[in-house]
Amino acid sequence: MTNVGSELLQVSDLAVSFNSGGDWRNVVRDVNFSVSAGETVAIVGESGSGKSVTSLALTRLLPADVTRVSGEAIFRGQNLFDLTEQQMEKVRGDRISMIFQEPMTSLNPVMTIGAQIAEAISVHRKVSRAEAKEEALAMMERVRIPSARTRFNEFPHQFSGGMRQRVMIAAALACKPDLLIADEPTTALDVTIQAQVIELIKELQAETGMGVIFITHDMGVVAEVADRTLVMYHGDVIETGSTLQIFDRPAKTYTRALLAAVPKLGSMNDAPAPLPYASFDLASGKMTPAPERPDTLRPDEPPLLEVEGATKRFDQPSPVLKRVISRVHAVENVTLTLRRGETLSIVGESGCGKSTTGRVITGLYDYQSGSVKLNGRELRSISAPDRAREIQMIFQDPYASLNPRLRVGEAITEPLRIHGLATREKEQAIAASLLERVGLKAEMASRYPHEFSGGQRQRICVARALVMKPSVIVADEAVSALDVTMKTQIVNLMMDLQQEMGLGFLFISHDMAVVERISHTVAVMYLGEIVEIGPRAAIFGNPAHPYTKRLLSAVPVPDPSLRGQRNPPPVLELNSPVRPRDYQPPERDYIEASPGHFVQVPGPEWA
Amino acid sequence: MKQIFSTPSAILLSILVVGALLAPVLPLHDPLAMDVANRFAGPSARHWFGQDEYGRDVFSRLLFALRSAILISGSAALLAAAIGTAIGVAAGYVRGFSEALSLRVMDVILCFPPLLLAMLAATLYGAGPQTLVPVLALVFVPSFTRVAHASVMTVRTMDYVDAVRLMGASTQHILWRTILPAIAGPLFVQFSFVVAMSVVLESGLSYLGLGVLPPEPSLGMMVGAARATFIDEPWLLLAPCLLLTIVIVLLNAFCDHLRHLLDPRRSQN
Repeated sequence: MTNVGSELLQVSDLAVSFNSGGDWRNVVRDVNFSVSAGETVAIVGESGSGKSVTSLALTRLLPADVTRVSGEAIFRGQNLFDLTEQQMEKVRGDRISMIFQEPMTSLNPVMTIGAQIAEAISVHRKVSRAEAKEEALAMMERVRIPSARTRFNEFPHQFSGGMRQRVMIAAALACKPDLLIADEPTTALDVTIQAQVIELIKELQAETGMGVIFITHDMGVVAEVADRTLVMYHGDVIETGSTLQIFDRPAKTYTRALLAAVPKLGSMNDAPAPLPYASFDLASGKMTPAPERPDTLRPDEPPLLEVEGATKRFDQPSPVLKRVISRVHAVENVTLTLRRGETLSIVGESGCGKSTTGRVITGLYDYQSGSVKLNGRELRSISAPDRAREIQMIFQDPYASLNPRLRVGEAITEPLRIHGLATREKEQAIAASLLERVGLKAEMASRYPHEFSGGQRQRICVARALVMKPSVIVADEAVSALDVTMKTQIVNLMMDLQQEMGLGFLFISHDMAVVERISHTVAVMYLGEIVEIGPRAAIFGNPAHPYTKRLLSAVPVPDPSLRGQRNPPPVLELNSPVRPRDYQPPERDYIEASPGHFVQVPGPEWA
Repeated sequence: MKQIFSTPSAILLSILVVGALLAPVLPLHDPLAMDVANRFAGPSARHWFGQDEYGRDVFSRLLFALRSAILISGSAALLAAAIGTAIGVAAGYVRGFSEALSLRVMDVILCFPPLLLAMLAATLYGAGPQTLVPVLALVFVPSFTRVAHASVMTVRTMDYVDAVRLMGASTQHILWRTILPAIAGPLFVQFSFVVAMSVVLESGLSYLGLGVLPPEPSLGMMVGAARATFIDEPWLLLAPCLLLTIVIVLLNAFCDHLRHLLDPRRSQN
């Protein structure tokens, strides 16, 4: 626990209303909390709960013409809501700083990294250019950007996501603020990078004694960072208390549901087969554990999918002569087998080639060498209409994967129309029954996608994937963009469908806890190669490759009493799979650690 | 369909367009019939907008001029839209060498000032609608190609396009049913812009004597002829200019309205 000092910010009776089309709609009500120096307060809730609106209201960044903010926010003796805009500008970025979710868009792409940090200093301090530069360099070192001096003049696109978030933190902390508001600062990052960023914020807090408001939807992160926690639901703060107390004795049903939905690594240690999540009834607060069910895996039937040494490289031509100067080795010699009723998960950080593998297997990308066999036939030799009957895909972003111009019913039955398989009436009946199968209502068929929430859209995508009755479904980060309760529901839905139809799932994800819940087999990818593959229990219980160990150790543990018991992961720049034109990938050897559990012999880079 | 005519601009524009297109069958004065005795006569019950320097009926001439302007600009814009969109969609979807080639050709066309290009063609092939339509179409093809190409580049990366490919759809299906509807909005805006630009360009060329041939009425020629008597008879100059302005404003308002109607995200009620 950090040293908690004097009170910094006292928020009382904060309420926010938005004006939409003439009506004032109340989005945040009765928010009361305080932050002291050196303390971290977490605000948790699902999308639409009002947590970000609360933070924007405190920094007065909401558009004044359509919002109404009432209540008080006393910051060091001053009510922030009484300040003029000019006075507020002096507070913002100097005494109160913010970091946002998306490190890719919150930096100016045409300014060097160093100049952006220096700008944050010179806006608030009367310093010479040289002094600003010196301070900016010191900040870059404090946020542990390796070789800060040489990287000072680089541009944001030369930095990885995690490094950019470090730059954002450096700029936010450049004026040594008293209060840092971090709005989902790690949501867009990989687990290993997330662990580093959280560690960094904690270290900097210990050095400067600033107060932190940490906004997140991830209870695992809350357990890692927060001294006190506010749970928000539909604009109300429904529960506040110390983080330990909230995790041990949650008072409200919703908090309990939220905690129950948090995927916990290790919760599947004793389960022989994948197990759906317990379902939660919000009204009564009753938790029903998933019913006993037989394992869906049918190891005796012929495999659905056999991938043997598949390789996919993307040429990178030089801008002038279009000669190939380098290649992205996105998928390198990947071998795996998916059996009927099996869920095979591919895990790894962004850029490791797991999505490309999924796209090679569905036929969206062609492969250069190796073979991909779908139900015993080489993928290349199957015509597109036939392939559509055997393999389908669910995408990550439920907003981009539905055509905004098609009604939901039309979207679900589009494959039938393409191949002329059903009459109009039959199509409608199929759409209705599929909508009900995925937990929606039949009459929703006539609505457009924009009328649905993210979780509902993902259900629609599942229905669309099912309409051709495929035997394999590739789910590319299918639940990553969803709130926890939605996530558990979609995972349960997928497992039910597997039970019913004997589907094989290729589940691509970076979320280790969900993977542990759903998988029979897990493959760990790193820079285009599978470094470890085996039964779920072997990978999670007995990881052998150093990369698997690093990945597992970075997953946040949703238990505040275990905080500080593990070593922070080392700061590493991600290696890149871009290789020169004449690069020959090294020969890899695999050893069988236990039956079915294969581990790549780590190369010299892991020594 | 009912909603298309739900704004004042749409109603006014359709009255103007229908009126102009029906001009030959409406009970109007012959726009070519001269009446030198009554030259420069003011508005009267017989001649609502007065008579011009040869005593021809101004109202009837305006309507016939608008008719030829709409026919020429409309067909030029349609031709340009069809060719330009086809090239742009193909370039954006197929990529590779054909993309580079077609886009560079468009850049070459864009290098010519439109008026200069039209003048060149008119001198080479003779003035008149048969030259004017292809020239105007050529001038405006690149704008459609650019808009279509840029929109396709955005749309083709959307997951729902990949989803349609995974359904086993043919390239034709993807282009016609998935991509084309998705890029229709920006293309309609471009279309309104191009029709308005062609109307202006057509009158400019006619003003210079390179467009519609006299004695057929055209807005540009009417402006040109009225120039000489502007001080004494300002109305003869103002009438075609005002009509031109009104038509262009209405066109832009109408296409904006159309784009709004085509957006699936607007509220359904």
